[in-house]
Amino acid sequence: MSDMYNVSSSPHVRSKDTTDRIMLYVIIALLPASLFGIYNFGLHALLLIVITILSCVISEWAFDKITKRKDTIRDLSAVVTGLLLALNLPPTLPWWMAIIGGVFAIVIVKCLFGGLGQNFMNPALGGRCFLLISFTGPMTSFANSKYYISQGMDAVSSATPLAALKAGESVNTMDMLIGRIPGTIGETSVIAVLIGAIFLILMGVIDLKIPATYIITFIIFVLLFGGHGFDWSYVVAHLCGGGLMLGAFFMATDYVTSPITPLGKIIFGIVLGILTGIFRIFGASAEGVSYAIIFSNLLVPLIERVTIPKPFGKGGER
Amino acid sequence: MNKCTERIYNGIVKENPTFILMLGMCPTLAVTTSAINGLGMGLSTTVVLVMSNMLISVLRNIIPDKVRVPAFIVVVASFVTIVQFLVQGFIPSLYDSLGIYIPLIVVNCIILGRAESYASKNSVVPSIFDGIGMGLGFTVGLTCIGIVREILGAGQIFGAQVLPLAENGGFGYTPITIFVLAPGAFFVLACLVAIMNVVRAKAEKKGKPLPAAQGCLAGDCASCGQSSMCTGKVNAASEKKENA
Repeated sequence: MSDMYNVSSSPHVRSKDTTDRIMLYVIIALLPASLFGIYNFGLHALLLIVITILSCVISEWAFDKITKRKDTIRDLSAVVTGLLLALNLPPTLPWWMAIIGGVFAIVIVKCLFGGLGQNFMNPALGGRCFLLISFTGPMTSFANSKYYISQGMDAVSSATPLAALKAGESVNTMDMLIGRIPGTIGETSVIAVLIGAIFLILMGVIDLKIPATYIITFIIFVLLFGGHGFDWSYVVAHLCGGGLMLGAFFMATDYVTSPITPLGKIIFGIVLGILTGIFRIFGASAEGVSYAIIFSNLLVPLIERVTIPKPFGKGGER
Repeated sequence: MNKCTERIYNGIVKENPTFILMLGMCPTLAVTTSAINGLGMGLSTTVVLVMSNMLISVLRNIIPDKVRVPAFIVVVASFVTIVQFLVQGFIPSLYDSLGIYIPLIVVNCIILGRAESYASKNSVVPSIFDGIGMGLGFTVGLTCIGIVREILGAGQIFGAQVLPLAENGGFGYTPITIFVLAPGAFFVLACLVAIMNVVRAKAEKKGKPLPAAQGCLAGDCASCGQSSMCTGKVNAASEKKENA
């Protein structure tokens, strides 16, 4: 019997995109931001990144072992979670807090709900918000970046540009674009984040619907309610400050916790933009991206339910 | 085992209101920020439960069936008011930290549930012991949750510092604040229930199952205090047996 008559069940065409391959692309895309973070904040940032990734991978391995499940650390999703979590931590955080965050993200948010594909919210952001509520002090004290230290400025800590914006001070947009500002390890440099995002878009890993609607909605919200009218420098500062870019391209687009329907993605992006705007402009703290994303993650099942596309030929039926 | 000790065992282990029946979740989640609060809440509930079980059992032949729930509520509310005044008068610090949750004992589903499913059908002495057992089971559950939350959230047990805090950058324990906040209550309750279930499942595997809570094998849902949370699993299982 020749291969021509090979009988098999569908799917007949398989994509090369396996889970570990996509995760590998995400890791590559996060490298510019990570490297800039290490350059900017020094060796402790590198230590935090390594420790967070290790704690995520080891806790996933241990959970699989203890509950006698299939070993799932090879799909690299734990590495991505660890890396994303580390990029969302302030560079001066004590190392053991990073471990707690990693364990919480993997065990509580991901594995207890059934592992990759079943988690109801983004594990990295779940871990970050857990740490933010638990250790508010260390999680919100941001060391100054190398650039300012070399300029002879206060080396201990300073306000992030968003906090300065909230206090009504002016900020240097150019510094925010390059990343010479205090902030979490991976969020400071908009350029480094965008390089990774463009790589992901070119490789077809993420689709522009969510980030684009997210950012456009956020811009409109800031213009309408920011209290600065059509002041573009204020809008740009809001776009470049905090974790908006990192969140929009790397965390809001997480396959598991974002809607799969095209219309659903657009609704998801709009909800994200509005929530981030509300948290940043009317909320008590300067930053709101992570809360906006995990909150919207919880709405995903509802969004998917109302945006189920009609099958071909069922146009008239309900 | 005579009937009285059986009731106490039933309340603390077999049908523990916090971990097995999942009753009274509102105070369980809200007041267990520390062990002493959990203990205080549990004991206040126990007192109300014992007294109301006793009185309802005494009056069970007098209370007309159609208005039994309002009658139960009147009895429970009177005892809650007494307990509230006593706590306010003699333990004002506990009264301040429990706040609104003491008056809310009136609507605690454990108390109404026991009145409905046990005290209104049984004689006085077993009803009293049923109240003691259930109340102690609730107290044990609340105190366990309170201890875990207090250790993790403040490094203390019953207000005594067991884990030295890190001060001025020194070596020590940094409290995980989330555990004294609302989300921590859910985490701790979920973990403790999970541990209970693991223990139960292991015992079952070994062929020595822990006594499970008795379901509604009689099929009399109308008079069952737990019908609102019943999944009908027990009934379904027994039906399957009959069919086979």
